[in-house]
Amino acid sequence: MPDVRVVNLIKKFGNISALDNVSLMVKDKEYFSLLGPSGCGKTTLLRLIAGLIEPTSGEIYIGDKRVDDVPPEDREIGFVFQTFALFPHLTVWDNVNYGPRVKNFDPKESGTVVAEVLEMVKLHERLDAYPNELSGGMMQRIAVARALAAGAKILLLDEPLGQLDAKVRNAIRYEIRKMAKDLNLTAIHVTHDQVEAMSISDRIAVMKKGKIMQVGTPQELYMEPNSLFVANFIGESNLLEGSVVDTSNGMVEIELRGGVKVKASGNGVTKGDRVIVVVRPEIFEVEPEGSQGENVLRGVVGKITFEGTFVRYVIKLESEDSAIVTKPSLAEKWFETGHRITLSFEPKKAHVFPYPLSGLAEEIAV
Amino acid sequence: MEKFLYRRKVSDALNSLSSKKTPKYATYLAAIIIFLALILLPPILGILTKFDAMQQAFNQPVLVNRALGAVTNSFIIALVVSLLDVLAGVPLAWLITRGKSKWLNILDTLADVPFVVPTAALGYSLLLFWNGPQGISALFGGSLISPGWLLIALLHFTFSFPIVVRVMVGALLDYKMEFERASRTLGAAPFTAVRTVTFPILRPALIASYVLSFARSLSETGATFIVAGLFENGPVFLQNLRNEFSSGAIAQSTYEGVTVFTSIVLIAVSISIFALIRVFGPKLRLPIKGIWPGIERKLSYRKAATSRNNIALLIFFAIVLLPSLFVALPAFGAILDGTLAKSVSGSGVWGIYWQSLLLSYALAGIVTLLSFVIGLPMAIMIARKRFGAITSTVFDILVNIPLIVPSIALGVSLKFFWQNFAFVPEFLLLVFAHLAITYPYFVRSMSSAFERISLDMEEASRTLGAKPFGVFRTIMLPLTKYSILSGAIMVFTRSVSETGATLAVVTTLQTAPVVIVNWVKQVVPASPSEIGLGCGILILLSFAILLVLRLQTRGRGRY
Repeated sequence: MPDVRVVNLIKKFGNISALDNVSLMVKDKEYFSLLGPSGCGKTTLLRLIAGLIEPTSGEIYIGDKRVDDVPPEDREIGFVFQTFALFPHLTVWDNVNYGPRVKNFDPKESGTVVAEVLEMVKLHERLDAYPNELSGGMMQRIAVARALAAGAKILLLDEPLGQLDAKVRNAIRYEIRKMAKDLNLTAIHVTHDQVEAMSISDRIAVMKKGKIMQVGTPQELYMEPNSLFVANFIGESNLLEGSVVDTSNGMVEIELRGGVKVKASGNGVTKGDRVIVVVRPEIFEVEPEGSQGENVLRGVVGKITFEGTFVRYVIKLESEDSAIVTKPSLAEKWFETGHRITLSFEPKKAHVFPYPLSGLAEEIAV
Repeated sequence: MEKFLYRRKVSDALNSLSSKKTPKYATYLAAIIIFLALILLPPILGILTKFDAMQQAFNQPVLVNRALGAVTNSFIIALVVSLLDVLAGVPLAWLITRGKSKWLNILDTLADVPFVVPTAALGYSLLLFWNGPQGISALFGGSLISPGWLLIALLHFTFSFPIVVRVMVGALLDYKMEFERASRTLGAAPFTAVRTVTFPILRPALIASYVLSFARSLSETGATFIVAGLFENGPVFLQNLRNEFSSGAIAQSTYEGVTVFTSIVLIAVSISIFALIRVFGPKLRLPIKGIWPGIERKLSYRKAATSRNNIALLIFFAIVLLPSLFVALPAFGAILDGTLAKSVSGSGVWGIYWQSLLLSYALAGIVTLLSFVIGLPMAIMIARKRFGAITSTVFDILVNIPLIVPSIALGVSLKFFWQNFAFVPEFLLLVFAHLAITYPYFVRSMSSAFERISLDMEEASRTLGAKPFGVFRTIMLPLTKYSILSGAIMVFTRSVSETGATLAVVTTLQTAPVVIVNWVKQVVPASPSEIGLGCGILILLSFAILLVLRLQTRGRGRY
């Protein structure tokens, strides 16, 4: 069945390397996302899988079949374009019926299929409309319906929600996932929106500059990022700079700027190394000043922002760093600007990474 | 510093003028009045003044039958040849835009060559190639194609070909590939994708290229006259009639009557055909219902694509490029046999030749400048619907009328109109005639260039504080700079090669194409190597000018 596999894939445009030796396995019936900042190569990878462009070197498999030399029309894929690419000279019905027609399916059967998918995307009442008469959300759903009616086993989606406004986007992303799951399709979804990727994907590959940084479930990426880049790109993180004082069993003791010592989990660093400690804003415990114990940082409450579900505090630490802390807005007590407080966190929930050779700004740049 | 202050003052003055209603509308109004007074009305009035003479024509059934036969020939050739041009030009445009070879840039430039060869020289070149003893006929021991309808058809195919390629290359470059890719991912083989998606979307460009090549075929005179032999199409008939009148074979009233009759029939039929295309073109559906996956798949891949490319290249080189440049051969001969030295010294026929060359380029320069000055406000008015959508559409159609009127008919009617004003010098008459013919090219290309600039740009500029003239100077002009240049190139080359209308309006002045026609037709005795050199110099100069302008615009036309 159609799992998708790419091996040592390289794609160069002139001197620019868009994909740098990428290997990846997407399982059958999986909803998989390629996530990364613009220019990271995610769309290039998707287009290579679709056969819209040819790799410089490497191998692409769909199921057990190597498809590098197979033209796109024979790969049994459905591709949803960012701009939708609905044919302006064809009606809704003819757009969706296009795949079955060019594949010479039995007209009677394909008529039923087209009617079914149009009903599924709730556009069975606009059959005679032309694309320019439809709203963005409708065009998007037609684009998906068209890919499905062509009998795709694999759905490839290139920023399919990029052109829609926020409300419609949130509604449609779950619709697409549900359809893919109901029809037992393998889906590969390209996006730069980490919230979108986290909310619909079984697994995600985070990409940067033509390389895959980490592949995992949304939880894995969030809880166990393998790099500073992933930690910073997925969700929100505080990055505290320091140097390693001691290491033991995956635990590292770090001296932060200002002399405060904290513990966090981490591998591959040794005593004396310059490091970054990554702490998610929601794992900080906040106490009034004077609390004692391990992993304690002292500071003063700065700016407070009410964000509905959460309240966000900017804390000015003694080390001159500042830290962002989020707390549920229904929490028992709020702090006020100017309050002196202490922050603490569980060592195993924070991660230590070596200080990047290329500099911190360069490493986390998106 | 002073100069800077001065410029500042001028631009301030223009800015404040432009924000007042009156001067702004005065500019547009002036452009409209000049268009009506110089370009649209004179030919119409010219024909109307001779309307009475037309009665004379009906007393000459032989001539009337000749005229009708000639006009029919014109339309048959134009309809068929344009179709062949589209069929042959599209694959080449496809190869140029979609091929991967680095040679395609050169091919792209080569496709313009028949454009720069003045049509009179082109006609002579084709005559040499297909009929002359040095040409392809040498292989067949005799003349392969004698002057007549087949040679006219080949000629029209040759000079309309670059128009189709140019229009289709532009359309294919603007085309959003996403549609074709979508079609491929839905299971269509490349051939099917192109047939069912790309071409239906590009239908307006296909129609436009057909219409342009049709109009060109209908009105070309100079080259057609050279290769016609005893065969007559509309323009050739009008020219023959004029010669018969000059030689005293027919009376003036007969000449005028039959000329007006023929012109009216030509104009009426061509306007009806264009109206039909305009009405039914948008409704035309390309046949996309049937799909034959097996066959179309075979047509899509390597073997079929390679043979398609090879056929496109073969047609281009064998029927378009080689015959167009064949005249260069005797030109090289002329360098060796001393004709060149004779020409440089200006002896014999060459004195008039150099004068005519000077006249042609001066004329083209003046016409280009005038087109720009009076055409630009018109183009903006049409593109931005300054006087409402209906006015804009009406002028859009009116501006194009000179394009579809056969140029010799245009020249004849202009002559009839202006001869009522004896004080108008002949040179001015030439300017008016060329202006009428070239004006539509410039306005057309400029109005579509302005339409491509999103209104947002203009509005953004206004919100940032620019006055209307400032918007024009800082936004519209820089964004359309290269369209202006390419419009100017079209006007210039068209003017240099114009023959039909020129022959009709001049009595003493001779432009370069007129001289060439006279040499070829042996009205003025000239040797083959003299004709070759004359054509060669004309081509070389035109090509050099085009090349310089093209280098200026290269790769910078797109934003």
